[in-house]
Order: sequence, then C-alpha cells, then structure tokens
Amino acid sequence: MPDPLIRIENLYKVFGTAPQTVMDRVREGQSKDDILAETGHTVGLKEIDLTIERGQIFVIMGLSGSGKSTLIRHLNRLIDPTEGKIIVGDVDVMQLDQKELQEFRRHKMSMVFQRFGLMPHRTVLQNVAYGLKVQGIAKKERETKAADWLETVGLGGYGKQYPMQLSGGQQQRVGLARALCTDAEILLMDEAFSALDPLIRSEMQDQLIELQEKLHKTIVFITHDLDEALRLGDRIAILKDGELVQEGAPEDILLHPATDYVEAFVKDVNRARALTVENVMKPPVSRITTDTIEDALKQMKGFKDDYGYYENEDGYQGIVLQETLEKALKEGTHKQIRDDMLEEVPLISPDSALEEIIPETLGADYPLPVVGDKGELQGRLSRTSLAEVLGGE
Amino acid sequence: MADSSWLTEFPAMDRRDLTGIKKTLDTAYREFSREYGDVIESLFDPLLHFLVWFEKLLIQTPWWIVILVVTAIVHLSARSWKLSVGVIIAFSLIGYFGMWDNTMRTMSIIFVCTLLSIALGIPIGIAMARSDRVQAIVTPILDVMQTMPAFVYLIPVVMLLGIGKIPGVIAVVIYAIPPVIRLTNLGIRLVDKEVLEAATAYGASPSQRLWSVQMPLAMPTIMAGINQTIMMALAMVVVASMIGVKGLGQPVLKSITNQYFTLGLFNGLAIVALAIIFDRVSQAYAKRTQKHMEGLHNA
Ligand SMILES: Nc1ncnc2c1ncn2[C@@H]1O[C@H](COP(=O)(O)OP(=O)(O)O)[C@@H](O)[C@H]1O
Ligand SMILES: [Mg+2]
Repeated sequence: MPDPLIRIENLYKVFGTAPQTVMDRVREGQSKDDILAETGHTVGLKEIDLTIERGQIFVIMGLSGSGKSTLIRHLNRLIDPTEGKIIVGDVDVMQLDQKELQEFRRHKMSMVFQRFGLMPHRTVLQNVAYGLKVQGIAKKERETKAADWLETVGLGGYGKQYPMQLSGGQQQRVGLARALCTDAEILLMDEAFSALDPLIRSEMQDQLIELQEKLHKTIVFITHDLDEALRLGDRIAILKDGELVQEGAPEDILLHPATDYVEAFVKDVNRARALTVENVMKPPVSRITTDTIEDALKQMKGFKDDYGYYENEDGYQGIVLQETLEKALKEGTHKQIRDDMLEEVPLISPDSALEEIIPETLGADYPLPVVGDKGELQGRLSRTSLAEVLGGE
Repeated sequence: MADSSWLTEFPAMDRRDLTGIKKTLDTAYREFSREYGDVIESLFDPLLHFLVWFEKLLIQTPWWIVILVVTAIVHLSARSWKLSVGVIIAFSLIGYFGMWDNTMRTMSIIFVCTLLSIALGIPIGIAMARSDRVQAIVTPILDVMQTMPAFVYLIPVVMLLGIGKIPGVIAVVIYAIPPVIRLTNLGIRLVDKEVLEAATAYGASPSQRLWSVQMPLAMPTIMAGINQTIMMALAMVVVASMIGVKGLGQPVLKSITNQYFTLGLFNGLAIVALAIIFDRVSQAYAKRTQKHMEGLHNA
C-alpha cells in the first residue's frame, strides 16, 4: 500500500544571477553546457518529479555534479527552487515562512553530511545533543538522550572527546547519532559514507540497515556508488546533469536500465551480489500437482519437459523424471508417485543472493526449485538464466 | 602662447579659487566644531571619566600589587612560567629606570583603546560578514583609515575636541581598529560551510548560528585581529602623545626634539616590553582555547 511522504513536483533549479531569464531555454531543452556557455547560469535540476514512500530508504544516485546534493537540499530548503513544489506529509515546504521553516527543520528532518559537519569546538556529546539544544530542550534532558544515542551507535564512552580526536568512521557515527537524536521522521544523508574507507563504509551500511529495521525512518540517501545504492535502497533514482533518468526498484535498474547512461553505470556492478534469486527466477511452469503416475505423465506432456516439480498439500516434494515415471508405469507395481521416485536436488531460497547459490545451480542437471519459507514452490532457476544475468546481456 | 600652455603645464585650478575652497571648508568645519564641539565632547564624558579613573587606579595602586596582578593575569591566560618570570623582570626594570607612572598611563590607554576597538570592531565585522553590501562599503573606509597618515585625521579631531585624552583615544582607535574588523569578517566568512549548513539544517536561527557556530569557529582569526589591534595601538602611542596623551610616548617625543638618545631608547624599550607581553599573552590565550582542534596524532 503506497504511503507517500515526500512529493517533489516539477522541480527546477538554476544557479546564477537571474535564473528566471534562462528558464525558457531550460524548458526548451537546451543543454546544460550550452546554457552555461551562453548565459553563465548553471542548470542544477530540471523537471524533477519524485515520490518517496514512508519507511523507505530512497537512494539518489549520480555522478559528481549531477545535482544530488542540490536535490536533497531542496527537501529542507537549504536551497530554494527556481520553480516547483516540495510537499512533505501535508506541508507545502515552499509556503513556510522563516519561523515555520525553522520549526520544520527542527522536528521533521535531520541531516547527515559527507564531511560530517560536526562542530569542532563542541564535545561529541554536545554535538549529538545539538538538535535538541536548538529546540531549547534543557541541558540535562538533552544530554541524557544524546548519551543513549551515542550508546546505540556504539560510541558510549566517547561523549567527552572532541570530534577531531575520533576517526572518520567514528565521526560519522556521531553525525548519525546527532541525526537520530531529534527523533525526526525523515533522515537526509548526503554521501554520508563516501568519505570513509571501504571496510568502515560497509560496517556503517550494516549499522544503518540494522537501525532502520528498528526505527523505520524515511531515509533519503545520496551516493555515487551503485553497490551502496543496491545494498541500501528500496528504491533508486538516477540523476544525470540535473535530470532524472530512471527511478525504480534496484533490480529494475540492474535488469532494465532505461538509458545508455544507466547501463554504463550498472555495467560494472557485481550482480551476483546485488541480485537475489527472486529477481531472476522464472515461474515454475513444470509443476506436477497430481499424485498418480498416469496423470503426472499427462501433465508433463502438457509443458513439454522431461521432468517436473512434484508438489502436494505439504508443498514442494522433489523433482520427478519422465523416465522414472514411465518405468514405474511399465512395471505397474503401484499407481501413486512414491518418495523413492523423487530426485534429490538442492533447494534455494528466493532471498539468497545469486553469489551464494552459484555452485548449486551450476552443478545441477535441472533448473533448481526456488522454495519459500512455507515450503511452497515459487519458481525455478536454471543454469542458463543465471549465466544470462551474470553475463550481463 | 597662453592658450597652449596646458600642454606643458597641468591646467591647474586657479590659485585663488583653491584657496577659496580650502578657506570655505576650514571655516565651515571650524564653525561646526565651535557650534557642536561641546555637545560632542560631553558625549565622551563617561569614557573620559572611566579613563581617568582607570589610570589613577593603576598609578595609585602600590607597584608590587600591580606586578602581582599583572603576573597573575598573564599566568592564568598563558600558563607559562617563562613568560610570567619575564613579566616580573620587565616591570621591575621599568620601575627601576623611573618609567613606572608613564608605563601605567600607557597601559591604561592601551587597555581602554583595545576594549573600545573590540566593542566596536566585532559588531562591525559581523555586519560585514552578513552582507556583501556592508562589506563593499566598509572595506574602502578601512583602507583609508589604514593608509591615511595619522596626522591628517588628528587635525579635525583636535579641532573638534581639543588636546587631551579623548582625542588621543579616538586617534588610536581609528588607527588600530581595522584589523579586528577585517579579521572578524574574514573569520566568519571562512567558517566551514558544511558545519554552518548543519546548524541550519537542524533549525538553528540566525542568532543561534552566529553564537553557536560562527563566532566560536571564527575566534582564532578574531583573536589574531585583536592581537594586531593591540600592537597597532601600542605603535600609535608616540603619535598620540603629540596631542596630549600622557605616557611612554611623551618622553620619546621629547627625546626626538631634544636629541636625548638614551631617554628615547629606554622608553622605546618599555613600549617593546609591553608589546611583547600583550602579544604573547593574547596568543597563548587564543591557542589554549583552541585545544580541541588538535587531531588524533597529537592528542
Ligand atoms: N551554489 C551554486 N552556485 C552555482 N552552481 C552550483 C551551486 N551549487 C551547485 N552548483 C552546480 O550545480 C550542479 C550540481 O551540483 P551538486 O548538486 O553539488 O552535484 P552532486 O552533489 O551530484 O555532486 C553542478 O554543476 C554544480 O556546479
Ligand atoms: Mg554532492
């Protein structure tokens, strides 16, 4: 059930001395470079329409200079649009006056920055409590709360340190704790992990996912790293030169890139890690749902395979071969499909990443059955479809 | 002949017209000062009272208490034994060579001028940092203040207020205030954009931003400005003594007119000693307040 929290409608941003004067050129579709050369104005964003659902991690991705930071800064109006609407919940952000905007920023959204944005003259604890201090919350209350959040991000003992005394990863944890400390519903994260070492970055991603499972915030996450986007994103939007080129679920982006630009982006992704079985499995057409050998053979003829996935009320049971069935029919000793007629093949779960099931899939003679938690057959995964997806074409 | 002489000689204004202009302006200003001089002077009365009171306080307090207090202040702000011992030696020598009272007078005027410069300069600097317009207006004024020979603006000040402490203070402040203003402006403008943005993103109001982010982060730069201001105020002491500011400047002035080299040297050295003390103390203090900026490696 869609539950939109943030809506961006027809958003344009032009940087320069007289943005309105070049809006016509922008709408006519003149390129960013031409407009810059001819008028000295930079097109930051062009015709952006986006809906972000409550509780999602919404990733905005693009190369450097594609307008990601500009876009996220419109959500809390650190940047004012040249044209367009931003609606958060039932608030039209553009209609807020200075005071209302301050209140909105204090309670609705918090932000995590690429270079952390911590105040070097305040202790870690004071940094975490900053949002509450701005709200005018008493010192004792805000510092108690800040200490709890520091504990949550794993920096319990660091409250009295100054930010400069911490490593990059630790500093960003402070940034995260500061953002969580105000209990804002929306978290804006502008390349929050981009400045960190790969190992620390992946730790932070884990931590974010773990926190999100508990907190169910709406997170707008910016990155230029597709692996990160695929790992975190429930939805991914891709920006190029200020324009939205594609928006969709991670597997959509990977499997159906909308433009050459997106394709170039996804080309180098480790698909085996990024995609799950569910994303690439085929529907289980060769399904045997009867328990007599004769009917089973009939069903098998219907889908032109020499094997089938045998399923009864208890769910998936195993693979039966045409050969076995015919032999049993000839011998005529019994009419029912029996357990000893089933081929044992590994089952795979729809949630597994492809890289986990590569060996099983390649080693199997038949497409492997994809079986859900309740034992039900959800699909099948063949060697060829795996090779197709991982091969990239 | 007369027609083409402008080629070889600059076609200057007629000498009589020029004199006329000068005379008119001078007369106008003289009348202005006659009319309003007293009113303006009375505006400065509270300042004058404070100045006199503070100077008396320094001079009348027994010398060893002064040394004790100054050393205590120095030690509290700089936490350096070397500097504290240096202060005691310097003040003892100053007293021994008979320059105690003048040194107290100079210290008091420098103190007041510095306070005034900070009190006026920081708000002006903040205003400049907030608005490019204000910056565009103030910058050229500061340029003029710093390059105009001090004697030139001494004239109207003296015409308006006569000779004495107040015109001296005004002259010193005019001369010494630009660094505080400039460096306050610069310091605020150089504050890390992302930190300021973070404050804004968490809903800080403009004044919360100023006091919780901009001023604290600009403080090292502002302190450098204050330090320069103190140094310039000290340098101005000799010039200010020409318009009746008592202190170490006067003996220096006297030694120039009478060619007393040793007198000049001693008083000059006393000024240098004060300068070094003020400088080290303000720098050490600034450095101590920035301890948290030290990174992992030297923590
Ligand atoms: N304040 C600004 N003035 C002028 N141009 C800007 C400004 N901020 C961003 N831009 C331009 O807008 C474009 C998008 O920038 P940005 O949003 O920072 O990109 P990203 O975060 O994706 O790297 C760039 O071309 C950048 O030069
Ligand atoms: Mg950016």
